Amino acid sequence: MFNESEARLLAEEEAVSAQLETSSSNGARGHFGEYGGQFVPETLMVALRELEEIYEDARRDETFQSELALLLRDYVGRPTPLYFAERLTEHFGGAKIFLKREDLLHTGAHKINNALGQALLAKRMGKPRLIAETGAGQHGVATATVAARFGFKCDVYMGEEDTRRQELNVFRMQLLGARVIPVTSGSKTLKDATNEAMRDWVTNVRDTHYIIGTVAGPHPFPVMVRDFHAVTGQEARRQVLEQTGALPKACVACIGGGSNAMGLFHPFLNDTEVELWGVEGAGDGLDTPRHAAPLNRGSKGVLHGSLSYVVQDKWGQITETHSISAGLDYPGVGPEHAHLKDTGRAQYVGATDAQALEAVKLLCSLEGILPALESAHALAYLPEIARRFGKDDTIIVNLSGRGDKDVNTLRTAFGL
Amino acid sequence: MLRLARTFAALKERNERAFVPFVTCGDPDLKTTEALALAYLEAGADVLEIGIPFTDPLADGPTIQRASERALRAGTTMDDAFELLARLRQQTDAPLVPMTYINPVWQMGFDEFARRAKEAGADATIISDLPPEEGAPWVTAGRKHELDTIFLLAPTSDQARVDRVAKSASGFVYAVARLGVTGARTDVPLEVGDLVASLKKVCDTPVCAGFGFSQPDQIRRTIEATNVDGIVVASALIDRFEKTEGTPAQRVEAAKSYALELKDATRA
Repeated sequence: MFNESEARLLAEEEAVSAQLETSSSNGARGHFGEYGGQFVPETLMVALRELEEIYEDARRDETFQSELALLLRDYVGRPTPLYFAERLTEHFGGAKIFLKREDLLHTGAHKINNALGQALLAKRMGKPRLIAETGAGQHGVATATVAARFGFKCDVYMGEEDTRRQELNVFRMQLLGARVIPVTSGSKTLKDATNEAMRDWVTNVRDTHYIIGTVAGPHPFPVMVRDFHAVTGQEARRQVLEQTGALPKACVACIGGGSNAMGLFHPFLNDTEVELWGVEGAGDGLDTPRHAAPLNRGSKGVLHGSLSYVVQDKWGQITETHSISAGLDYPGVGPEHAHLKDTGRAQYVGATDAQALEAVKLLCSLEGILPALESAHALAYLPEIARRFGKDDTIIVNLSGRGDKDVNTLRTAFGL
Repeated sequence: MLRLARTFAALKERNERAFVPFVTCGDPDLKTTEALALAYLEAGADVLEIGIPFTDPLADGPTIQRASERALRAGTTMDDAFELLARLRQQTDAPLVPMTYINPVWQMGFDEFARRAKEAGADATIISDLPPEEGAPWVTAGRKHELDTIFLLAPTSDQARVDRVAKSASGFVYAVARLGVTGARTDVPLEVGDLVASLKKVCDTPVCAGFGFSQPDQIRRTIEATNVDGIVVASALIDRFEKTEGTPAQRVEAAKSYALELKDATRA
């Protein structure tokens, strides 16, 4: 008997192995064009080498792939639907809009895909403690969740400003048994939480694995995190072919560090007719000083271990960013996005706080879905792009997370 | 002979180890940094490390983070660092070693940074987050402008990495004495002895140990137990300066008298 759940598992295994087996680490030091690399203190170099070797070994191991696929199906809730947003489509009167429903995943966002994969690697390395940085709190919650599931000790670094913006997620992490450490240095947001997590890792590297939450950081993180998230794009590509019989005209995703975007984009990279659009947090506007848009308004530089685009001054000092979305409020971006920008394979634009808030309202009222403020930035680009295509064409938007965590911010923003 | 090589040779003659104090450029302003640097040199500093502040110093603990924040708040730039180096060079023949992070150097360009640092009077540079794997263009620029390129080793470095650093490093090798970030501690980091031994097997570049040195007795015991050629003291001196009350001159004097004790610990 070939029942439905077996079919789902098989599909999930295919999605996982399609990515992991074909993954390429882009040369010895993980460079994407000139970007990427390993700019870290010497203390971490051996740990990065170990991680690289463990990952190279694990990704080709069928047992690892099956374990990951089974957990992705039964624990995380994959595959997620590719949902035809009919009323949103009617509203814009252009291409058919499909939402990749990562918001339906366990813990409420795509971050769990990567946290789970890396937890399995930490188990393989025999390291009993996990640490993570978090901005919106979704990666922190995902890490706390897998720590509980596998019995790891877990500490999560979070900027003090973000612990206020995302109070609910702080409580969730604590409930899951993690310690949340507020970071009071610098701008008290995601960048500073990442510095502090790196400092912890340098100190405790022998028994601790640092689960970086995005496609940034030193090699092998950008490759590895991308591969664990690419299950999104692998599924979406198969689903859109099944449901519409054709590839989409465009894929759209929000970009903070760029993990959900990389996850959706990567399996479409060779489909050169599919446009890839990344939407950064434009804050008050790209032409104001208050934004979080390194790809649009930054310059080349090294932050947190790799060369990419960075928001900085002419002396190479990292400058403060702003976005209403804590998950996008970061001055760096993954090095593969920098490469895709330079080669022109992907295009990067910005959505302001106000546009993102409008998109939240729109999705709530037309589709009955409350998106995360991060994901709302991707939706906010639809007015620009939807009518460029015909009614038979398709656009996929990565709905990377749900907005329950944002209700306090939304209530303040809408003055309710 | 380059200034660092000369200094370590002279120290060997006298059977002394190098005392390498650290100042953060521009903390709290350039004038004070200059006074502090000169005070350390008067106290017997053999080499002077000058931190060029960066917004995100992820190898540093709270003390140097605070110092960097104060310096950046005061508007300190790379131009100021070169100016400070030039002023000190007029007043001392001791080796001057700027220490910073990769991004400020990358913005200027390796070659331009090496050229300007050398011109200002620097003898070497330490870049905390530049391992030899990414350091080839930096080594090229350093050799071209006769600026020593100091790389770091850590307790986690295996022999393959020791070999690699031995090939790229010149001036001295910076041995990170313990896992973690910078900051004053009191214990004797015995692990660093093994690290020094494995480096001495493959090259004769001097080794200075840093991270966590704060007390004369701790320095004495580390020198007895290991084969290090020098000791870097950073956070403990900044702590002393921070915690002393009074006029800037009194605070400099307090840090200087502490430096005298620390230098004394490096004499046989």
